[in-house]
Amino acid sequence: MSAPEPAPRPFAITLDVGTSLANHTGAWRVERPRYVSRLPPCSNGCPAGEDIQGWLYDSESGGEGYEHAWLKIVRDNPFPAVMGRICFHPCETACNRAQLDEPVGINSVERFLGDEAIRQGWTLPVPAPSSGKRVLVVGAGPSGLSAAYHLALGGHHVTISEAAAKPGGMMRYGIPAYRLPRETLDAEIDRILAMGVELRCNEPIEALEHELARGEYDAAFLAVGAHIARNVDLPGGTASHILDAVSMLHGIEDGEPPQLGRKVVVYGGGDTALDAARTARRLTGVDPVVVYRRTRERMPAHPEELQQAEQEGISFRWLSTVSAAAAAPPAPGEVHGGARLRIERMELDADGMPQPTGEFEELDADSLILALGQSADLALLEGLEGISIQEGVVEVDERMMTGHPGVFAGGDMTPGQRMAAVAIGHGRRAARCIDSWLKELPAPGVPEVQLAGFDELNTWYYADAPRTVRPLLEDIRRQSTFEEVVIGLDEDSALFEARRCLSCGNCFSCDNCFGVCPDNAVIKPGPPGEPYAIDLDYCKGCGMCAAECPCGAIEMIPEEI
Amino acid sequence: MSETRFYQTGTFAVGNRLLDSDGSSVQSDPDRANSLTKGHRACQGCGEALGARYALDAALRATEGRLIAANATGCLEVFSTPFPETSWRLPWIHSLFANAPAVSTGIAAALRAKGRSDIRVVGQGGDGGTVDIGMASLSGMFERGDDVLYICYDNEAYMNTGVQRSGATPPAARTATTEPLGATAGNNFSQGKNMPLIAMAHEIPYVATATVAELRDLEAKVSRAMEFHGPRYLHVLVPCPLGWGSATADTIKIARLAKESGLFPVFEAIDGRVGEVSKIRRQVPVEEYLRPQKRYAHLFAGEGRADVIAALQARAERNIERFGLLDPDEDAQGPELLELLARSERGPQ
Repeated sequence: MSAPEPAPRPFAITLDVGTSLANHTGAWRVERPRYVSRLPPCSNGCPAGEDIQGWLYDSESGGEGYEHAWLKIVRDNPFPAVMGRICFHPCETACNRAQLDEPVGINSVERFLGDEAIRQGWTLPVPAPSSGKRVLVVGAGPSGLSAAYHLALGGHHVTISEAAAKPGGMMRYGIPAYRLPRETLDAEIDRILAMGVELRCNEPIEALEHELARGEYDAAFLAVGAHIARNVDLPGGTASHILDAVSMLHGIEDGEPPQLGRKVVVYGGGDTALDAARTARRLTGVDPVVVYRRTRERMPAHPEELQQAEQEGISFRWLSTVSAAAAAPPAPGEVHGGARLRIERMELDADGMPQPTGEFEELDADSLILALGQSADLALLEGLEGISIQEGVVEVDERMMTGHPGVFAGGDMTPGQRMAAVAIGHGRRAARCIDSWLKELPAPGVPEVQLAGFDELNTWYYADAPRTVRPLLEDIRRQSTFEEVVIGLDEDSALFEARRCLSCGNCFSCDNCFGVCPDNAVIKPGPPGEPYAIDLDYCKGCGMCAAECPCGAIEMIPEEI
Repeated sequence: MSETRFYQTGTFAVGNRLLDSDGSSVQSDPDRANSLTKGHRACQGCGEALGARYALDAALRATEGRLIAANATGCLEVFSTPFPETSWRLPWIHSLFANAPAVSTGIAAALRAKGRSDIRVVGQGGDGGTVDIGMASLSGMFERGDDVLYICYDNEAYMNTGVQRSGATPPAARTATTEPLGATAGNNFSQGKNMPLIAMAHEIPYVATATVAELRDLEAKVSRAMEFHGPRYLHVLVPCPLGWGSATADTIKIARLAKESGLFPVFEAIDGRVGEVSKIRRQVPVEEYLRPQKRYAHLFAGEGRADVIAALQARAERNIERFGLLDPDEDAQGPELLELLARSERGPQ
């Protein structure tokens, strides 16, 4: 038998009725959309290398999302609760939302997550099986502890040698308790030590050469910080009551507060100067004066610290230097004699540098605190081959390795900005490079990424929302106690703040591409978080998905014709 | 816990992973109807194809799939149904250019005769088929009180036949039949045909305008329209990259600018009275809307036509004043978000 006859068609009709799915309009296309992941400015600006947009995304759903978010932070930085307090958050400075209304309060959300982790006892990731390698870390500051943490995660045995009585470095001995409560610091350090990191306090390393010669370690990471106060040659200075900010803050931590008298003058304009002044205010009950050679605008201290200092009653003498100090007899009832300071007025030249004017005035003080910068004590490096020291810091290569094979260094003793986040980033980078060095692998590269700029965003889609500001402790309690000044966000505000994130450069499952395609050529495979796909059989390449993507996670690329 | 909740994009985006399904749009549903399926032959970036899918998918959800559509001749018919293919995934009939409303009336009458009150009828067409060629039959449909939702997809000219001027072409716009000549360039400044207001004059139960730039608003209006019986009219602005000379990627942006400049007022009228108005959120001068469109390029060539632009700005100002499009006291997040926030009790999950 022959095949059945096809149904007769109407006159002049040659085709069967069918769906337009037979018509592959994708053939019209000259450009195609492609989903991309761009580096958000916050992550780009984070010296500790956190995936900030990533952990904000997790936080946005609240509940269990907080722990996921925290785990994403500690993948890079084991100190969320500490850094959520003391970091000067370059992430927020870089945040694209600043151009819309105000930057996302990243730092306050990080602190909320860090505090939640301590409160709920969330645990760090489980370390890899033991590698059998031993690494010496010198200094238990942010850099050393960060390196120790990442090395321990990699399965290496870490021994930290610390000169001070307690770990933490400048986080403990430089930052006053009203900015960083010690129980918070201890909680985050203890978590690292619980991974099996061996900590030896009160054990300064005098000569690294001898320590390494014993052959106990396969590599070393040096992070001794910069704890020596820079001095200034003041005529008459030795006779009067002059002390330095670093020793003063250290002494308080060791339970030995200094005798300051009543009237305190702090000389310097950095964050340490303000820490010293605010500490002095709490100890003396009298408003100290900060003398600084340049103007408020050119002060290296961070604006928030300056603002908080002013709120607490600290006063400032701008464009002033201390040129001489003469001893003054003790005031009635005082033990120490004070100092009579000769203050010279300065003016800024065309380059913004202060120049003397020859105009002088006098200022009486019971004590003068110098906060003129710090340098690193590099005595332990003496005799070690291949080490190069430039301008008081140790040279390292892109692996953070010094000229001595197997000896790495980071933090304040190496070139770079001196802040805790940088130190933590150094520790992380060094740990990863030490790991590959121990395994005789090439150093991990730094991937090249496209930055998610403000111009990539379609900000129409973001709801308007002002920033949530963290409450401050009342002024009166701040002037006399060492209680923490900045109070954390409650859960509701932290959630609100996290949801202000624009998710720059990274898909956040808003369905815009899926909705706006006139050709139904965007495929939504499943629940939020799963990537969308383009049906290239039908995509005509109009570019609407890319134009209407709020966060710039789609780009159009030319078709090869 | 305070009651303030904030959902990153609110309801501006198509979906929102932080909101429960009550707050999600029809278009964010992976199982949406796709009433107009892929493979249709609309130009790249077609606003009409998008607007038709938005509107009919919402109508299908509102009627639980019991919907019949009659379609006037025009782009929407030509690009969706060149024999033997069709892109429609609902019962759909092509009428003549002039009689989609009359055909819709007939379908509604037949359903009534069969006692099928569960099945609803949509008539649809472009601006040419609606405000010019089909206006008499549309007016008749309104006047008789037939139970039909008529949707006009307005791209402001006869695009299908080569961009000729229609009664809905705005002043100063260049089309194939309004070539700029001498000092008077583009379409004339007549009063035009404002079909939503003409529909309101028929005292029908529901009239609304919308754009493809505000999906939630469009979907809400379709659902609302389906709550009424009798003649209803929805006028949707659908930019046409081909006829307007705009970039294919900019279709939604152009629609948004039309609304944000005040040139296209987005409102709702029940029983002939204007009620809810979609407020301007980020006001822009009309120039920002005109510049990306080549149909207005003659206004910016040479020394430019500041006088014509000013006249268009005056039209926008008149709309703003007439419909109350600006409200400084209004919360910037828009009424729809606030309403949604009030409804949604769900906290962090």
